[in-house]
Amino acid sequence: MPSLDQLQRGQRAVVVAVNGTDAIGQRLLEMGLFQGEELEVVGFAPLGDPIEIRLRDFRLSLRRTEAARVSVNLTA
Amino acid sequence: MFVRTPTIALVGNPNTGKTTLFNALAGMRQRVGNYPGVTVEKKTGRMRHGELTFNVVDLPGTYSLAPRSPDEMVTVDVILGKQDGELRPDVVVTIVDASNLERNLYLTTQVLELGVPVVVALNMTDVAEAHGLTLDIPRLSRQLGVPVVAIQANKGKGLEQLKQAVADAVQLPAPSNKPVFPACFENEVAVLQTVLGKQVAPFLVRRLLLDVGGYAEQRLGDVGVMIQVNKARQGLAQGGCPVPEVEARVRYRWIREAVAGCIQRPAKRPVLWTDKIDRVLTHKVWGTLIFLALMFVVFQAIFSWARPLMDLITTGQGWLADTVQAAMPAGPLRSLLVDGVIKGVGSVLVFLPQIAILFGFIAILEDCGYMARAAFLMDKLMARCGLSGKSFIPLLSSVACAVPGIMAARVIENRRDRLATILVAPLMSCSARLPVYLLLIAAFFSVDQGYTWWTAGLVMFAMYSIGLVTAPLVALCLKRSLLRGETPAFVMEMPLYKWPSWRTVLQRMTGSSWLFLRRAGTLILATMIIVWALLYFPASHPDGGSFEERIEKADEATAKNQLRREWSEHSVLGQLGKSVEPAVEPLGWDWRIGMAAIASFPAREVMVGTLGLIYNQGKGESDDEEYRQSLGQALQEAKRADGRAAFSAPVALSVMVFFALCCQCASTLVVIRRETNSWLWPVFTFVYMTILAYVGALVVYQAGHLLMS
Repeated sequence: MPSLDQLQRGQRAVVVAVNGTDAIGQRLLEMGLFQGEELEVVGFAPLGDPIEIRLRDFRLSLRRTEAARVSVNLTA
Repeated sequence: MFVRTPTIALVGNPNTGKTTLFNALAGMRQRVGNYPGVTVEKKTGRMRHGELTFNVVDLPGTYSLAPRSPDEMVTVDVILGKQDGELRPDVVVTIVDASNLERNLYLTTQVLELGVPVVVALNMTDVAEAHGLTLDIPRLSRQLGVPVVAIQANKGKGLEQLKQAVADAVQLPAPSNKPVFPACFENEVAVLQTVLGKQVAPFLVRRLLLDVGGYAEQRLGDVGVMIQVNKARQGLAQGGCPVPEVEARVRYRWIREAVAGCIQRPAKRPVLWTDKIDRVLTHKVWGTLIFLALMFVVFQAIFSWARPLMDLITTGQGWLADTVQAAMPAGPLRSLLVDGVIKGVGSVLVFLPQIAILFGFIAILEDCGYMARAAFLMDKLMARCGLSGKSFIPLLSSVACAVPGIMAARVIENRRDRLATILVAPLMSCSARLPVYLLLIAAFFSVDQGYTWWTAGLVMFAMYSIGLVTAPLVALCLKRSLLRGETPAFVMEMPLYKWPSWRTVLQRMTGSSWLFLRRAGTLILATMIIVWALLYFPASHPDGGSFEERIEKADEATAKNQLRREWSEHSVLGQLGKSVEPAVEPLGWDWRIGMAAIASFPAREVMVGTLGLIYNQGKGESDDEEYRQSLGQALQEAKRADGRAAFSAPVALSVMVFFALCCQCASTLVVIRRETNSWLWPVFTFVYMTILAYVGALVVYQAGHLLMS
């Protein structure tokens, strides 16, 4: 199962789980990254990190190390 | 009948227009202070509605009430009425972005549990419409179980209805409709509540269970309690509702039910103009170029647009000093007024143009949504030194002046990142160092001295590089030692672009200027007066009479200068310079340079003037090219007591390196004190930078000395 940081620009996926119970894990959950949520990778910063994604009504930027905690299932 | 003034508290996510709403409700009657013991700004104001008056408290923007630090705990404590000296709010207004309803309501669901009447202010309804969203507000209000009022804070729409809803809500009971957690979770909460006792707010008991490593653990969780908490968390994980995931799941499910039927989305998400702009602004090439161009404009603005205003302040100060000088008889009082008070006030006022301009830019960048993109673009670079993209603008601004730069560090929410940024900001080579570099480079590294045409440029570049290299290294060291802790989440919303509200921008510019004047100004003034005293006393000439009278009587300029020099050598500061000679000897300095360096500790810009005083050039402007040239010549010819040249290339380098690394700026230290709310950090900054400067100067001089001989 891929994690969010392995996705390419423009790919869509559904969140399976967020790993970790610390501040970063909790913040990802609070921002709406929990099981069943759809997302799309919008792009990357010029130096390749952070990542920008789109959730239902807004966009979020997160570091690759943070995105690595989010396991996802690719959608078509 | 006596009626207490009700208090309302404003909470909301960042980028929802909360500050704009606060300004609209509280108008210009605002008070800014600090909550004790934390670095959170406390903003209060008064709101009028008909006959009624309300106190309004603006709480920091946040996505969630899961406190992880004392700073984040303030919001919870204020709403619970546990914050010392604060009354419990009678109504909490949560401001919610209508175009991003579900994510924004997450915070509101937490506020619903705090036992205070809630009013939802639904902001940016126009943006939601532009996105093709249709909202049924009466239905939303029914399903949420609290009043919902549509507003457009930036246009002042819906404010009267909001005020009316707040006035009505004072009488309402606390909301009863709120997310329902699974029974297994509620059971554990009940058990913990009995262990902790009734005096602990139920909301905090829930936080203790939900926030792994959160602040509630620090406040409530002694060893015995934590054993209980950990056991409960294990049980919950096995029972299929692990923390903290259960909270997000329960809240978002409740939110989806509450907004069901209230919100109609278009079948296909429209491509918005803000998406198109973003494609360019976060583009690898164009985005970076535009960012660099923008930063250049900001930098140029604080560097040179502020100049005419600063010159005006300096000129006004000079005129006032001359007028007083001419109108009063010589004596300590006149000297105190002219060289202490007027100069001190001038040295405070001179920061205002830079502060106002920088905060104008920051307000525009934040309000239009670009600030998040700037942090996005710079994050990788800044992460290498343990900081985040949000530290970039404060550090860049510090190249012009550390005072506004340090104030700009407020945009960084994480306390440790903010501290690290503040503590290294004074290392960036500020504009006040430039005259010293210009003077010494022209005198000792020019073509006339037998150097190549590019040596001067190279030395100047090296001086700026010292700061650019040292600051990240020190930041990294701090983040690995004193400021160690878990890496804060960078997870950051990329808000939609919008036109900045000029009212907000203006309020930010005047607000930060006032804040600087009120909170740092007095301390800077006091420091300046102390320095004046150190240079003034003892005022009596060894051969009788006072120095001042003798200077007044002397008719020739050279004689006056000679007397001024003797006086400064004779003063407490001069004595101090002589006594530190053994300490500065290894840097290649004689006591005169030592004294000039010490005199520059309160404000490094006095260095050129002090050198002029010492080397018989009289008083002069450090910005004056001609003055610098003649002073440079005097420095080349200056001799020590034993006849050796006082200056050489290694000595000049050692002085410059010392200036590059030392925190010779009382204003910076005072602002650090104000921004960190503690004397510890300015003292720390002063000590570490002085040590760094001394060692740097020592190494440069000794190495240069070896190479030259």
